[in-house]
Amino acid sequence: METITSITPIIIISTSLVATFLIFFTGDMSKNLREAWTILAAIIKFGFVMSMLPLILEGKIIEYTVISIVPGLTIQFKVDALGIFFAILASFLWIITSFYSIGYMRSLNEHAQTRYFCCFAIALSATMGVAMSGNMFTTFLFYEIITLCTYPLVAHKETPEALQGARRYIAYLLGTSIAFQLTAVFLTYSAVGTLDFSDKGLLNNARAAGISDLFLTITFVLYMAGITKAALMPFHSWLPAAMVAPTPVSALLHAVAVVKTGVFVVVKVVLHVFGVNLLTELGLGTALAYVASFTIIVASVIALKQNNLKARLAYSTVSQLSYVILGVALLTPSAIAGSIMHIVLHAFGKITLFFTAGAIYVAAHKTEISQLDGIGKKMPFTMAAFTLGSLSMIGIPPLGGFLSKWYIGIGALEAHQLPIIAVLVGSTILNACYFLPIVYAAFFKEAKHDEHHGHGHSRHGFEEAPAIMVIPLVLTAIGAVALFIAPSIFLDLARLVVTSVTGGN
Amino acid sequence: MDTMDFIIGKYNYWIYIVLMMIGFYAMIAKNNFAKKIVGMNIFQTAIILFFISTASKTGGATIPIIKSEHLAAGAQAITAPQYLNPLPHVLMLTAIVVMVSTFGVALAVLMMLYRKYRTLEEDEIMAILKMEKD
Amino acid sequence: MKEQAPALIIAIPLLISFINIPVGLLRRSLCYPLTIIATFSCLYLSFIIADTVINSGNISYRLGGWEPPWGIEYAIDHLNAYMLIIVSLVSFVVSVYSKKSIEKELAREKIIYFYTIYLLLVAGLLGILATGDLFNLFVFLEIASLAGYALVAIGDKRAPLATFNYIIMGTIGACFYLLGVGYLYIVTGSLNIADLTKLLPPLYHSRVVLVAFAFFIVGVAIKIALFPLHTWLPDAYTHAPSTVSAFVAATMTKVGAYAMIRIMFTVFEPSFSLETLPTTEILGWVASAAMMFGCIMALAQNDLKRMLAYILVAEVGYIVMGVSVGNREGFTGSVLHILNDSFMMVSLFLITGAIMYKEGHRNINNLFSLHKKMPITMGCFIIAAISMVGVPPTAGFFSKWYLILGAIDAQKWFFVAFLLLSSLMVAVAFFRIIQSTFFKPSENHNAHEEPLRDEVPFSMLLPIVVITVSLLIIGFLSGQIIDSLIQHTVPKGF
Repeated sequence: METITSITPIIIISTSLVATFLIFFTGDMSKNLREAWTILAAIIKFGFVMSMLPLILEGKIIEYTVISIVPGLTIQFKVDALGIFFAILASFLWIITSFYSIGYMRSLNEHAQTRYFCCFAIALSATMGVAMSGNMFTTFLFYEIITLCTYPLVAHKETPEALQGARRYIAYLLGTSIAFQLTAVFLTYSAVGTLDFSDKGLLNNARAAGISDLFLTITFVLYMAGITKAALMPFHSWLPAAMVAPTPVSALLHAVAVVKTGVFVVVKVVLHVFGVNLLTELGLGTALAYVASFTIIVASVIALKQNNLKARLAYSTVSQLSYVILGVALLTPSAIAGSIMHIVLHAFGKITLFFTAGAIYVAAHKTEISQLDGIGKKMPFTMAAFTLGSLSMIGIPPLGGFLSKWYIGIGALEAHQLPIIAVLVGSTILNACYFLPIVYAAFFKEAKHDEHHGHGHSRHGFEEAPAIMVIPLVLTAIGAVALFIAPSIFLDLARLVVTSVTGGN
Repeated sequence: MDTMDFIIGKYNYWIYIVLMMIGFYAMIAKNNFAKKIVGMNIFQTAIILFFISTASKTGGATIPIIKSEHLAAGAQAITAPQYLNPLPHVLMLTAIVVMVSTFGVALAVLMMLYRKYRTLEEDEIMAILKMEKD
Repeated sequence: MKEQAPALIIAIPLLISFINIPVGLLRRSLCYPLTIIATFSCLYLSFIIADTVINSGNISYRLGGWEPPWGIEYAIDHLNAYMLIIVSLVSFVVSVYSKKSIEKELAREKIIYFYTIYLLLVAGLLGILATGDLFNLFVFLEIASLAGYALVAIGDKRAPLATFNYIIMGTIGACFYLLGVGYLYIVTGSLNIADLTKLLPPLYHSRVVLVAFAFFIVGVAIKIALFPLHTWLPDAYTHAPSTVSAFVAATMTKVGAYAMIRIMFTVFEPSFSLETLPTTEILGWVASAAMMFGCIMALAQNDLKRMLAYILVAEVGYIVMGVSVGNREGFTGSVLHILNDSFMMVSLFLITGAIMYKEGHRNINNLFSLHKKMPITMGCFIIAAISMVGVPPTAGFFSKWYLILGAIDAQKWFFVAFLLLSSLMVAVAFFRIIQSTFFKPSENHNAHEEPLRDEVPFSMLLPIVVITVSLLIIGFLSGQIIDSLIQHTVPKGF
């Protein structure tokens, strides 16, 4: 495989860092300037990410070593198919979210917007860093940066509830990553003396080198416990807690950047640290698959009981993230492809749902599901997008979500894991149970007479959120459909990943 | 008998240990700060004694003052067994200086404490501090 | 100049320390520049020394021309040079910072004596680092300690009591050390470290040598406040003036740790210190206890400075832990951590001083919206805190990396767990502060009233920024520091 040295990864990461400085120093002068920087950086970043795509599709790898601090600890970027897959996703959705954020923040006239946009930009830089990292140290580095710089975003409202949620957020993420993930990194390094990712898994030869199975199993368990961003049960409760954040944050970070970083790192650990062979030999893949299945079902059941819209979405996210883990844990080519596809498909679906939740809050100040009766008539575009998003979550054919479930299902058959099929079916039914009532209520129920509001009389006509918020959410909903019809780029990339890790079948 | 020999033969060490323990006890257990400082002095003096006693030699060795006839006798005149080891003495001169300065600083702090609390009893000062906090 | 550097680096602060009094009595404003000159020359000389050591090998300076082992030798190898740079750099930075802080916290007539004693402390610490003679080391240890007692005593109203306990404990430590020297002298008749290295191995099974070793370790352990002999430290460092806390917290314990490393691995051979005696087990577990205890106590504090003092107790545990596991990684981690921890401590204590300067108190729960008043200072605080927790790419991560690798290599899984656990607790401790300063809205303030920006004077801000930024730079230079200095300090046989 051909390797190209290029500085592009650095440019991609520094674009939003530069933007951070510009936002910080000019942010208080003018709102427009601050937002212009954000959008400019988002677009430039996306452009650079796309510029790498042709090379990657040709099967090349872009590499750049920034600095080797001490032996074993090197900041190195290595963009392969999996990395660019994630990079494209995150940088594209950043553009859309930027517009949405602007609408949301302006409509609600939020405080500390400079801090908000700064942290947002750093978070994106770090997400790119994770996506393109070439070894476990770089991954860990950016993983921690994401945790630290999203904390101010979660605590944004500065109310006691926000602070409490943010405290749980950072306690879970930072705590487990230091206690478990870092330990796992240490164990990996002490076992093989390197942290560089490799297609066959960097611990692939560890068994031959005399490392005991117990050691490897413990390391694997520590990784899984330490990558809490993937919200695998029982380490999921930070995600619902983080819903105190403003909705654009929940949308981008807790549907895309943060949680997807989590599952992306899980995928990296499974494929590039342990490798398909080793995990098959140790039988750890199956174990992980069952933990993920458990999470899928239980989180869905909990989601059913949530009345707060964002909380329901959060539990749905917990459940959906485990699809990705489930897929990759099955260790068969189709399942891996399905799981990688699910990263992007879920992202489009879930970001739409979060956007609509934000739009509903901005336009109607409603947060609870029970308040949503009849809202479809007032906010038809928003709720139409919501419908598409939830159908994609459920996995109904003309929408993207179907594709990944299909591949994971086939993967389960390949792996002769019939119970997994049952899990998939069960969770689909549960998904339908918690999403469709909302859609039904929004469109077909009459709005309740709201006694608390003075203007209880039902007004006719649209009461949509500002266009700058509605357009992004419509776009992402359309994206969810488009990905079903033309998934070629992402599917090609997923196939490239599968080919490289399974050795070409 | 052997035990007695051991005890008597090493009497200098026993004395230094006993002194040191007295000093140590005073530093740790005494309630009065002035007594603690006295204990500190005893402790340090014990160490000085220990060093000095290691310099002594049996067999009539004396302080290393070189008499003139020795000089005339030539290079072999200085026979080590005849003289006490001067180095521990010299070291202890320095150590005494150090200890005196420690003593001085400790006394100064003692003055500060007395001026502030009008007592040198630890428990009384603690009681005052506790009242201040409440 | 170059040949005389090892002597000059001690002589200059010592001389200027005394010149300070007459000059200061004539003109008080001259003390500060004089001190800056002294500490800057130390810094300059320490770099010259390091350069000499790196390029042309170890330095052996004969004081007064007397040949070792009879005369006093200043023996400087990579470890000494490394420590000299740390101490002189910290002393320079703190002396720049001192002016405004001291003017605010001390009575005017005390300022002259403050600078005098401060330089005496610097001279003492540099002396410990430069000398190659065990007794001379004792003398410098006491010079430094006495200066330390005096500096702590001029602190706030509870300082005298804290100082008194400090004196008692410090004296016990020094006396134990002196006893150790005495025992070694009885059996070898030598005080020169290099000479002892050669003379001791045949005597390793003598009980006198064992007792000497024990006295040394206990004596030094008191000086570095190793748990459970740490009781004097939190009080003393809390009640000392801010400048003093910053300097002593960053240097005293580190220099003590240097003395411990010297005794364990140069005076005695590593094989003796670690294999003949159960030092690894004892020191390792004591260090673990220190880490746990320090962190737990830090969590319970409401006074920022006291919390830092307890974290310092934990950090001492880190350093001792790395030394005790007895392998290359652990040792490298310890030595690297000496540097990192000095810088982190000086940075955090200076920031505490700055908060003290502006707010007049250090209660963690009452530091509302400080980031709006002092954005640069609090920005530095975050970086230093992150480094303390050990998040890459800050310096703190790299020493912890080596420490943990060392513990893993030694198959000490409990130590690994303790290291990580204490990192977590440090994270919680700092997180509490960050949350209350950044996100908790002020209760008694009007919500609409934006606090005005109100940073500390430039002469205080600059040192904070420089030292904090250097935490990031050191992080990236860790590899080079290890290559050029630390790897040569690792004892043979590791």
